[in-house]
Amino acid sequence: MQYALSVRNLTKKFSAFTAVDNVSFDVEDGKFFSILGPSGCGKTTLLRMIAGFYTQTDGQILFGGQDMTNVAPNKRPVNLVFQSLALFPMMNVFENIAFGLRRRGEKGAAISRKVNDVLERVSLPDAGAKQVHQLSGGQKQRIAIARCLVLEPRVLLLDEPLGALDAKLREHMKVELKKLQAQVGTTFIYITHDQSEAMVMSDQVAVMNAGRFEQVGTPQDLYHGPSSSFVAQFVGSNNKLRVSLRAAGRGKYVAKYANGLQYPVPETDYLEAGDGWDLFVRPEAMIINPSVQAGDFNLMPATVKSILFDGGNSRLLVSPRGTDDELVVALPQNRQYDAIRAGDDVTIGWDPTKSVCYKSVDWKLYDEE
Amino acid sequence: MKSDTRRLGSAFLLFFIPVILWLLLLVVLPHLELLRLSFTGNGRPGEVGFSLDNYMAFFKEPIYWLTFVRTAMYAILVTVLVTAIALPVSFYITKLVKVRAAGFLMVLLLVPFWVSELIRVYGWIILLRESGVLNRLLVSIGLFTEPVEMLYNDITMVMGLVYTSMLFMVIPVIGVMEDLDDSLIEAAHDLGASRLAIWRTIIIPHCTPGIVSGGIIVFMLVLGSYLTPNLMGGKNSLWFTEQIYNQIILYFNWNQGAAFGFLLLVLSSLIIWVLLKLTGQNLKEVVK
Amino acid sequence: MIRSLRNSKPYITGFRLFIIAYFVFLFAPLVITMILAFNDSMYPSLPWEGFTLDWFFGNGPKKYGIFHDQANLRAIGTSFRVAVAVTILSTFLGTCAAFLFEQHDFRFKNALYFLMIAPLVIPGVILGISILMFANSIGLTLEALTGLYVEFLGPGFWLIVLGQSSFISTIVALVVIARLRKFDRTLEEAAYNLGASQGQVLWYITLRYLRPAIIGGAAMAFLMSFENFNTTIFLVGSQATLPINLYLQVRDGSTPVINAISFLLITGVSILAVLNLSKGNKPVA
Repeated sequence: MQYALSVRNLTKKFSAFTAVDNVSFDVEDGKFFSILGPSGCGKTTLLRMIAGFYTQTDGQILFGGQDMTNVAPNKRPVNLVFQSLALFPMMNVFENIAFGLRRRGEKGAAISRKVNDVLERVSLPDAGAKQVHQLSGGQKQRIAIARCLVLEPRVLLLDEPLGALDAKLREHMKVELKKLQAQVGTTFIYITHDQSEAMVMSDQVAVMNAGRFEQVGTPQDLYHGPSSSFVAQFVGSNNKLRVSLRAAGRGKYVAKYANGLQYPVPETDYLEAGDGWDLFVRPEAMIINPSVQAGDFNLMPATVKSILFDGGNSRLLVSPRGTDDELVVALPQNRQYDAIRAGDDVTIGWDPTKSVCYKSVDWKLYDEE
Repeated sequence: MKSDTRRLGSAFLLFFIPVILWLLLLVVLPHLELLRLSFTGNGRPGEVGFSLDNYMAFFKEPIYWLTFVRTAMYAILVTVLVTAIALPVSFYITKLVKVRAAGFLMVLLLVPFWVSELIRVYGWIILLRESGVLNRLLVSIGLFTEPVEMLYNDITMVMGLVYTSMLFMVIPVIGVMEDLDDSLIEAAHDLGASRLAIWRTIIIPHCTPGIVSGGIIVFMLVLGSYLTPNLMGGKNSLWFTEQIYNQIILYFNWNQGAAFGFLLLVLSSLIIWVLLKLTGQNLKEVVK
Repeated sequence: MIRSLRNSKPYITGFRLFIIAYFVFLFAPLVITMILAFNDSMYPSLPWEGFTLDWFFGNGPKKYGIFHDQANLRAIGTSFRVAVAVTILSTFLGTCAAFLFEQHDFRFKNALYFLMIAPLVIPGVILGISILMFANSIGLTLEALTGLYVEFLGPGFWLIVLGQSSFISTIVALVVIARLRKFDRTLEEAAYNLGASQGQVLWYITLRYLRPAIIGGAAMAFLMSFENFNTTIFLVGSQATLPINLYLQVRDGSTPVINAISFLLITGVSILAVLNLSKGNKPVA
């Protein structure tokens, strides 16, 4: 398999601060690869190094197996869709797209053929004569991508291009982008802090935190098998129960929760007895009033605090008995739970194999602005 | 972070060299030369070396320092008058008149700003002089029995200075007043503030940066004005720039002229500095 | 109080009268000057002796209109050449300064910026005399050293150009800086990323974006140079510029040919001002 992009031990230091810390990864040709992380995790710095706007402190960048670590940004086979889109306001749509072709010295007829081609591909065949300010948010998006695609780059970098769009349009553009990528076959590297964008569109997702990659895998891998406390907390929503571990013989451990109840923990090699562990259980792994045997299932009595109705995404906010903690439990809208009211006592149950346990770390997951 | 960015770095010298040449050769060194000459001799041929004669002459000769004080006082008076007129004018255009008319009035305001001072002064001369248009009109409607010389006195001169420097106050004040959110005035009104209170507590504090930048420009222009006082002022009421002109062009006493020039520079810098300190502004913000 | 609040009739009427008075004050001298350019009289004053175009086109024996007034035509020519040179020089310097102060960081940047805006608060008279004295001192030194008299450093065309440019460049710089500050630098990166060279980025993106400001700044530079008196008076040599020439005529009394010149200038300037404003450039003071 040919790699469109390979990054080897890439590091970037700004005086004392290490923004990107020894990151290595490969992206296969034609894949949709996302780099997901909270703001300040170093993903933009990484992207700017790949584009060539920053000089790395250490490491290598290869395109199609060719070392281009020290090649100037205007000579790399990579184009960038900016967060602000950076469409040139002094040119119309046609000239924006033709800009890169003209810089390559291509001539009139070839330019208009290619521009019209790419406009067709992004489904805006008649937009050429329009001014940038006449376009809607979603159209600008597509023109910014077309402007890069027309140059047939080896790799297309996208820096949170959906960030400025309103929620509904963003949902729509996620699907559009995935379809477009599948259609053109260009390798996309997509930077985002929105885990839903990364999950929906990508073949592979790298979760980045504090300058490092925590985990690289398919969206399903990340969701079901987070390999660190950070990934467990950052990808998808998760309930976190503060527990202490106690050895239960033969390499097994049980987690003791604040209300005194004990739950078996899936076997892994890093567990050890002591305080300061977190047990993660996803809301949809938690079942309300399960009709199963207690031996197979972890059960927890709880009180309903409030019902968060949100259609298919409805949840129950419950407080485990004997604690002030709050857990979020999926509330399927199959009319089975319609009778539940705030203040009711319920039992929450989950399959022990669907939980993961990591040493407690509190991560900054979002900006408080 | 800038230095880590791989971009148009080598362009620095391309921009730096012309700018440093300009500032050095056309601003810094000429003023150092002015300072040097002001401390050299007093114009007698062949006299060189350090001397305070030029400054002594300034303090010994009442006509010099009286002109200096008079010029400074009138410059301050004109700045105050200009501010007092510019505030209501700007207020009317930005807050009171219909939005569409405001654009038209703005253009109308700006046209005289582009016309040279000389032509504007000339207009006043043919209006106000003894054989001028205004006298002719007033006599013909019987208000005056005979023409009166309205030029060549201090009041007319102050009016002329207000006229020629007016727009340098109106433009920055309109600029800041446009930024004043109408809802602030509405809120103050709603909370029971009187007109005067709204002006005192909302409008004027908000407009201070514009007033200060306009004030600096107006003050400097009036202080350094030559045409208006020369053409509209009285025969025996000299403006300080005329003293400089006389020393340099008429008496060819450059050293004395340099000393006067330097004193004028010190005065204008000092008053601008005091104005900035009093209002808590700084020059960098003000010229924006 | 303001347009959205209810205002009493006397308040509005009073304000309106004040504004009318203000605009009369603003335009009376200009309008009178322009009207008297067409008065068939030897003096720029009333009574109205009938309409004439002689002060524009007259060719003697009594009335020489502006188009036949050799001295004033020569002065206009000089002013025009000075203004063109000043416009080129100060647009270049001002644009360089804008890039330098907006896009680069270096030691003593603040001090240098302060120096750049200083000419705005130095009276023009002082700029004039200090440049006159500095150029003269250099000239004398050069003459003493080499025995050559450098024409360029004496009062005259080039000294006027340099003297005016010393502060007009600052004005251009402020106009360009105001626009450059709003420039989104990712546009440069985007162009670079699309394969443009550094020169192409500057030409196709940055300068293209700045074009309205540079043109507006250049127009202001031209007018300010064309009309400058205070600095020029000390630097002028044998060839007077138009404001200097007009000053002498106004001081010593003259025919309505000055009104004709004023008419042309006011009309020309108004057209320029309106064109410039309609392009959305606000002049900065």
